[in-house]
Amino acid sequence: MLSRMSGLRGTVVAVAALTMVSACSSGSSNGAAPAASGSSTSAAAASSSTSAAAASSGSAGASAATSSSAGGAATSGAAPSVGGAVGLTIWTDALKAPVIQKFATEFGAANGIKVAVQSVATNLQTAYVTATNAGKGPDVVAGANDWIGNLVQNGTIEPLNLPAATASSFLPIAIKNVTYNGQIYGVPYDVENLALFYNTDLVKTPPTTIEELQAQGSALLKAGKVKEILDLPADGGTAGSGDPYNAEPLYTSAGGYMFGVQANGAYDPSDLGLSKPVAATAYQKIQGLAKAGVLKTSINDNNVISRFSEGDAAFLQSGPWATAQIGKKVPFKVVPMVGFAGGTARAFVGSQAFYVSAKSKNKSFAEEFVENFLTKPAVAAALYQNNPLPSALTAQYNAEVAADPNTAGFGGGAKVGDPLPSIPAMAAVWTPLGIAEFNILSGHDPVSTIAAAATTIKAAIGKQ
Amino acid sequence: MSRDPPYQRKVFVVASISTAQPDLDHPSEDDLDPGGGEGGFTAGAVVRYVLLAVVIAIGVLGLVKCVGQKEWTGLAVVVVATLVVVATYVTPKFIPLKYLVPGILLMIMFQLYPVLYTFETAFTNNGDGHRSSKAASIAAITVNGPVVQGANATSYTLSVAVKAGANPLTAPFVYFLVDTNNKVQLGDSSGLHPVAAGSVTVSSLLTKVTAAKGYTILSALQVNARSDEFNAFTVPAGNGSAVKESGISSAYLGQSRYVYNKSSDTITDSVTKTVYVAKDAQWTPQSGNGAPLAQGWQQNVGFSNFTKVLTNSTIRSSFTGILFWNLAFAFFSTLTIFALGLLLAIALNDSRMKGQKVTRSLLLIPYALPAFVTALVWASMYNKDFGLINSLTGLHIDWLGSVWPARAALLITNLWLGFPYMFIVCTGALQSVPGDLKEAATVDGASPLFAFRTVILPMLMVAVAPLLVATFAFNFNNFTLIQLLTGGGPFPANNPSAGKTDLLISYTYRLAFGGGGAQFGFAAAISIFIFIIVAIISLATFSRTKALEDVN
Repeated sequence: MLSRMSGLRGTVVAVAALTMVSACSSGSSNGAAPAASGSSTSAAAASSSTSAAAASSGSAGASAATSSSAGGAATSGAAPSVGGAVGLTIWTDALKAPVIQKFATEFGAANGIKVAVQSVATNLQTAYVTATNAGKGPDVVAGANDWIGNLVQNGTIEPLNLPAATASSFLPIAIKNVTYNGQIYGVPYDVENLALFYNTDLVKTPPTTIEELQAQGSALLKAGKVKEILDLPADGGTAGSGDPYNAEPLYTSAGGYMFGVQANGAYDPSDLGLSKPVAATAYQKIQGLAKAGVLKTSINDNNVISRFSEGDAAFLQSGPWATAQIGKKVPFKVVPMVGFAGGTARAFVGSQAFYVSAKSKNKSFAEEFVENFLTKPAVAAALYQNNPLPSALTAQYNAEVAADPNTAGFGGGAKVGDPLPSIPAMAAVWTPLGIAEFNILSGHDPVSTIAAAATTIKAAIGKQ
Repeated sequence: MSRDPPYQRKVFVVASISTAQPDLDHPSEDDLDPGGGEGGFTAGAVVRYVLLAVVIAIGVLGLVKCVGQKEWTGLAVVVVATLVVVATYVTPKFIPLKYLVPGILLMIMFQLYPVLYTFETAFTNNGDGHRSSKAASIAAITVNGPVVQGANATSYTLSVAVKAGANPLTAPFVYFLVDTNNKVQLGDSSGLHPVAAGSVTVSSLLTKVTAAKGYTILSALQVNARSDEFNAFTVPAGNGSAVKESGISSAYLGQSRYVYNKSSDTITDSVTKTVYVAKDAQWTPQSGNGAPLAQGWQQNVGFSNFTKVLTNSTIRSSFTGILFWNLAFAFFSTLTIFALGLLLAIALNDSRMKGQKVTRSLLLIPYALPAFVTALVWASMYNKDFGLINSLTGLHIDWLGSVWPARAALLITNLWLGFPYMFIVCTGALQSVPGDLKEAATVDGASPLFAFRTVILPMLMVAVAPLLVATFAFNFNNFTLIQLLTGGGPFPANNPSAGKTDLLISYTYRLAFGGGGAQFGFAAAISIFIFIIVAIISLATFSRTKALEDVN
């Protein structure tokens, strides 16, 4: 009995010792190649070190939890000189992951590294900030330009130094979008803004003002051809939250503005347009549209596109993301968004962009990939092919506009639009302004409602 | 008694499982003392040692990880936890501990630690812009911060090299730079130097130096392995400007916009000449005019988060109203859920009901669906113009846009989500009420209603009352439903920060995360206040429940 027992104790000790040795060996290889720790490449790093059975199965399990796909050249040839596999991790949303993966693989093969593209389904921004602060973030992340203020504030992204020649190949508004405090922080790859979709079966000449739209829509409504005049989301995902992003073209055409612009072109958070009398006047006009039945709070982010594509209205205000969703259900064309007569409807023009993590252990590769590789026209072309969002590269954009009249419709809006603010102050605006918009559309007094919203927003900006 | 009450049965099952484990083969103290005795080596002992080995292995793995990341607190925790587990199970002693240790460890990990962490956070300014250390904020602003490119904005293609024969992992960098006029320059830590024509090979395709006499060009991998060094390396170019890399294959001439002065602990903006001083965990302009720099740092702020909760004027003005609705919501949710669940349980407990099993299964469907899907479906059903409810009933109620309908909508949806749970619980509890008691009541001439009220309900409450307290506490903090269905709205026109269906938790979520970015410290302080409120209510109700137990 005793011998069997000591045999077992021996096994226990051996297992523990083996684990310790293998964990240490994988630990030390991680130490030499910091890239491997925590990223999906750790499994590869561990298995390349000797007899690390237990540790490698452990880290493989951990990395399997994220949906990752690693591409790139085998590392065995080049790796030993720098002590282990080098990996670049990129976080993006599911939609563009396959396209990025293709170029990432190409980049990896050219540089002898592994590049893993991971799609993060929800709350990419929060997940990125939290993970990066914990030292577990990716090397490159893709996201909207209005994240920049928050990402810079938390020290999670690296300023980029785009050579002047590269920067000038982009649309000026796209570069403005990724510029924060006079510094470029990301490489933009598209421009997104609202435009007016109209059903070509029902409308022959598109309107140029909201008043014309109202007349055309009302006539169609009276004739029983549609169920509502205009599909414009007047409410957000949850009831009562409003949708100021979609109200912006109407708001600006009535003389309103969000933030004043400083001499260097950047937004001035201390100059809040909502605290000016013109804001209440503008919302009074918008309330008039609600009273006339043009705007309805029952039309919200969730149902707006499906209502248009089912033929419930002849007009829809939406962005390039709606194109694919409408598909061929109804015949449509896109023209720049209309506003009140006498004003220009300026929508916010946003951009999706790639950012380099400030905590990346492979900054050199990450910067190389973002600044010198993703700025290539071929990348823009492939992304457009995958999802037709107009490119941020001027030449590419012009080609797309020439080839597709609908892209031209968005382009008209992009030309007159305002850059989507990336200052942190903007985050303080959305919720209170949305609530105010909903209340005004529901019949509350515009003057006092906007004043209350402006007070709340100013207080929140002051706390930042 | 014909049947055991379900909770007693459960206890029995648990006990039998746990007692069964040590004596799989022999009910002797064999495996408690594996070294001696005839049976010696039982299957139970093998399992025990394998499991212990797994625990040790996990402990060692955690230990190595902690050492690697210099997490000394984590290290201590891992060591102590592993030792406690090993000490408890390796010897035949500590039998009560053997049952308690796993639970206690898990409680510390998943209950105590988060609570303590919340308390710790409540005393800091942790939040957006205040997540890292002061040193990290200086680095983010200066070294890793914005750069002013030179007046002529020169950019170069870059080849990184070291002296021939030197160790590529440690030798100082030498840059070979090709500018837009194809002029080649050599840069090292002393400055820029001209390069003799013919001593370097410039690839016409890449306009990049691919070979240089007396130097070894580093591969991208070799450069990347020295990333930190590479990012910090600059080639001085006079006038405070320098050549800095931007990726492995390009560089530019420029200078850092913000400069940190260590002796005065200030940061100077070289463009606007503004001097920033450290104040309130942020870099604030010395003059007092203008906005502070975005990157602050985390620091201890004492009780200021707590005083902020107590003195904040918006919190004070809306707190009472929200607390009343919060209590009403939790109370009526629990009441309606319990009433419907009990009613259905009683109806389906009657042997005259046909298709009991099928009906019971169908009633569980709302419980089986994810709550967030259900809430979103209900939200679209409440739509004023296109929603199912208004179009079925012919009403024109703005369900989620006006106060009382929105509150009713919440209670209705919560009833739909919650009644199956109470139905299960009540079904179980009803079946545990002995049939002879009911018979006795009937024989004594009690009406069915009277019998239910005086005999069945008290016995039922013994099992159900603690769960009612739990349901109340859950609904008191039912953030998901509020956020998905109404978002706290509708909001009064004059106050967009406090909605009419806001619970304390959704209201404070908006305060802490809605406007000026995430404020974790503040949120933690608020959650401590909410914790106190719920704890008081629960304590009071639990002491009532004890009184109920006396009925049994």
